[in-house]
Amino acid sequence: MIPITPVHYMVLSAALFITGVIGVMVRRNIIVILMSIELMLNAVNINLVAFSNLWQNAIGQVFVIFVVCVAAAEAAVGLGIILAFYRNKETVNIDEMTLMRW
Amino acid sequence: MGQALAFYTLAAFILGFGVLVITARNTVHSIMFLVADFLFIAALYAFQGAPFVAVIQVVVYAGGIVVLYLFVVMLVDLKRPPEAHQDRRRRGRLGMVVSLVVLAELVAIAAYKYVSPGAGLPAARPLEPDNVAQVGMLLYTDYLVPFELASMLLLVAMVGAIVLARREL
Repeated sequence: MIPITPVHYMVLSAALFITGVIGVMVRRNIIVILMSIELMLNAVNINLVAFSNLWQNAIGQVFVIFVVCVAAAEAAVGLGIILAFYRNKETVNIDEMTLMRW
Repeated sequence: MGQALAFYTLAAFILGFGVLVITARNTVHSIMFLVADFLFIAALYAFQGAPFVAVIQVVVYAGGIVVLYLFVVMLVDLKRPPEAHQDRRRRGRLGMVVSLVVLAELVAIAAYKYVSPGAGLPAARPLEPDNVAQVGMLLYTDYLVPFELASMLLLVAMVGAIVLARREL
């Protein structure tokens, strides 16, 4: 069996990222779309930790902490927008969010 | 051998729960799969010798963000199923095919580096166990300004979320 190399982590990260991309493009429930974005951010974190491990350098882990911060901020603001939108239109279907679309 | 077995098991669980997150019909089930996915990703971090990041993953993602999602699902009462109304211009299948092509490209790029001779890509080694102290030292010396900016970002996001979720918007 071949030993585990950073390439394995890169392939895992790419697969998880594409899972998130497919979720964003296929689903219409906006809460599931936000969860898919969380999956994509986690895929990036897997890559950062793998390269931190490869170069024996802790800077990758520092960047993971910043990515987690941005993900938390994104989740809070995104869910606030969902609540405000739901209060006005009584739906979470993005196909009905046509206010700023031509 | 044991290392490879652990990696493949964790990777299979991570990808499997990821697919379940985006395919589950019920949003609450989707959130539960997301919790499991985050826990397995935390196990992967611990496996790679990054204990601080693993703890952050469990506390912030599986403990904080997911509870936020659950509260929003409870507040949003879905009178009709969210997938009922369909936009005719949406091309879901085309998007899936293009995403899979991009995945194939990414895997090809990674694998090319792996099979090309003299690539100089060493196998992953375990990091020394005191890297929590290293992370803390970096965070409070070299990355002090980004650290403060991240705290400002969280403050602004908190204020923004409160303003957006107020009743008289």
